[in-house]
Amino acid sequence: MTEINASPNMNSSGYEMPPEMRQNIAITTLDKIWNMGRRYSVWPMMFGLACCAIEMICTAASRYDLARFGMEVMRPSPRQSDLMIVSGTVTKKMIPQIVRLYNQMPEPKYVLAMGACASGGGPFKEGYNVVSGVDKYIPVDVYVPGCPPTPQALLHGLMKLQEKIDSESITSVRWYQKEAIEAIPVPILGPDIIDPRDFPTIKSLTQGKPAAAEPAAETA
Amino acid sequence: MRFSALKRDERAGYEGHIVPASSLLEVAKALRDEDGFDLLSSVTAVDYLTDNEEEESFFEVVYHLYKSTGGGAEVLRVQVPRENPVVPSLVELYPGADFQEREAWDLMGIKFEGHPDLRRILMWEGFAGHPLRKDWKEVYFEEEAKPFGNRWPGGQVYRVEDQNPYGKNNQYPDGFDPESWVETEDPLLYENLEKAAREYTEDIDTEQVVVNLGPQHPSTHGVFRMAVRLDGETIVALKPVMGYLHRNHEKIGERNTYIMNMPFTDRLDYLASMSNNFGYALAVEKLMGDKVAPPERAEYLRVIMAELTRISNHLWAIGFLLNDLGAFFTPALYAIEERELILDIFEATAGSRMMCNYFRFGGVARDLPAGILPRMKDLVNERLPRKIDELDLYLSENELVRSRGEGVGIITPEDAIAFSATGPVLRASGVPYDIRRADPYSIYDRFKFDVAVRYHGDVYDRYMIRVDEMRQSLRILKQALKDLPEGEILTGHNPYQVRVPAGEAYGRVEGPKGELGYYIVSNGKPSPWRYHVRAPSFINLTILEKMCVGQKVADVVVNLGSIDIVLGEVDR
Repeated sequence: MTEINASPNMNSSGYEMPPEMRQNIAITTLDKIWNMGRRYSVWPMMFGLACCAIEMICTAASRYDLARFGMEVMRPSPRQSDLMIVSGTVTKKMIPQIVRLYNQMPEPKYVLAMGACASGGGPFKEGYNVVSGVDKYIPVDVYVPGCPPTPQALLHGLMKLQEKIDSESITSVRWYQKEAIEAIPVPILGPDIIDPRDFPTIKSLTQGKPAAAEPAAETA
Repeated sequence: MRFSALKRDERAGYEGHIVPASSLLEVAKALRDEDGFDLLSSVTAVDYLTDNEEEESFFEVVYHLYKSTGGGAEVLRVQVPRENPVVPSLVELYPGADFQEREAWDLMGIKFEGHPDLRRILMWEGFAGHPLRKDWKEVYFEEEAKPFGNRWPGGQVYRVEDQNPYGKNNQYPDGFDPESWVETEDPLLYENLEKAAREYTEDIDTEQVVVNLGPQHPSTHGVFRMAVRLDGETIVALKPVMGYLHRNHEKIGERNTYIMNMPFTDRLDYLASMSNNFGYALAVEKLMGDKVAPPERAEYLRVIMAELTRISNHLWAIGFLLNDLGAFFTPALYAIEERELILDIFEATAGSRMMCNYFRFGGVARDLPAGILPRMKDLVNERLPRKIDELDLYLSENELVRSRGEGVGIITPEDAIAFSATGPVLRASGVPYDIRRADPYSIYDRFKFDVAVRYHGDVYDRYMIRVDEMRQSLRILKQALKDLPEGEILTGHNPYQVRVPAGEAYGRVEGPKGELGYYIVSNGKPSPWRYHVRAPSFINLTILEKMCVGQKVADVVVNLGSIDIVLGEVDR
């Protein structure tokens, strides 16, 4: 080590240090240390929907070993998890539960849409019970393409999530702001799935102009 | 036939008999009691909607009955008018019809008179319409059949979703008021649960509680839900709730061309995609006749892949059954290690780990790549037998496995047959019914193997039978790999443009989970008129309530694990 009161030096704090501590001090920003703790302890929710869940389990299992990223602690309870891996087709019957689970997760929380179905409906998009992408209801941080994505692809997605976490700052992330975060309204199982946020649109279309209620039957 | 009411079905390409709805019960009872058709394999409905003024539109409910001693099918059909279709329920005679009739009510809108609990099963109560009817259109409807005109070169590509005012896959009936809507799905479920419970405990005066296991629950192997009514820790009633992964396989399948359905079948039972391909290929080949008989090498490859799938599926099932027993993840890790080696073979051959899309009508898609055969031989002859022995050694005599498994969730052979259970669930109850022997398909009649059977019908036997079956699969694999001939892998026609003559076919295979059947009705067009999947996981669940009532709540999880369901197949 150089002398303590020398010109600014990345390896020196600029303060008087007892000699025995000089090798043991690192200087960093609060953001960095905060994000480092967060990125290596992302606990995913143990929550599988469809085929992708099998690849998610394989990612956590023998060959691919998710533990390398500190993410092997799968929590069955949303209260203890940081990351929701939406692994599979999101159906209309399931979306109220997914939104409810998302609301129950404590901040900070992240969502990873795994596979084609969760990202945009995938091969089943045209189905009458299929939600065309989970992002129609809850915010998604990382999309992983594939049908199903291989474990390598999921790992890549998780590394992208780590990069995203790295770029956060505790002064600007939404969960440290003064305003309360509104819960996402839970969809209702009606004649079709009803998003409470759509109430005005639905009313204007089904009651005002009955003829416009079946837009899908039109062809261009 | 003895019954004057029975009429032979004389349409070209059809078999079986047409029964008037009024005498269905009588005929079914006679078939069951006198002729030995005790296994009701499949119940489904077909919508024969026609624009032709001269012909009449009608619904047809199709029953496939088999003997549990083996042999071919007796097909019964009931034709009912499209307005107010009512058919007597077979639940009294064949309890296994329960969920299948509910499914036909849900998706096709056929009322089954006398059904004890006729609620929707895959969609929810209150959903508008019966989606599999031919005149019901989904939100993203474009045309009746693929390929859609606007996707061809020169067509104007547009997205139907962009034209939907909600920006979502939603539609609502005219005059619908969202604010006054009340959900009825759960209240109805709890009402039925209470009804079932009252019958069970008339004279006990304790407070009962309702517990929901799932749809997000670590023990349910996916998005399955069990509404359980408990008296202390004892279960007095249980109602499975499914449909959380209902991906509209059949509706999409009826818009697709025949070959387009092949990758969709992968996603039914996503742990056993090769078997799913196999069943679908068999059904379509049955319709197309001898011109698509697969070449010798393809038959061998099909059997090899199907048996490898069975092993990988059973490894997974055992690993996760132990998970349910509380041996959290360690046995599963060992099982997954071996499964990965099998997936490597699939990936090398078919190009994908899980969604293999490997079978074609009249053969298979790709030949084995160079260098994979020695690896397969090594796996089948050396590694897997050793590892299965190891699994058996560590688990089968384990004190905890035995005490949690023996005598738990017992299914008697009579019940197993009556509830249409198939596969390991049926064979663990002492009924040696394996389609590979009972109604042989492909080239299974050439191989030496035993039909694994166990006699106690409890969780432990359902675990043991999977170990037995893996060993038998290894026996088949050893023979098949030794005899694998050289040659073509596909008959010489274009597999992408198949011409399927009008008619119907029911193709079934012994999948790892039970009898996987595909019922296909063709009207000669490029896409199937009706495409129905007889899913073993779905029908094996019918008996779950009976298995669990009277037992402790902790055993429900194990009972469910021992049936080995996959939600992609349950909900389709």
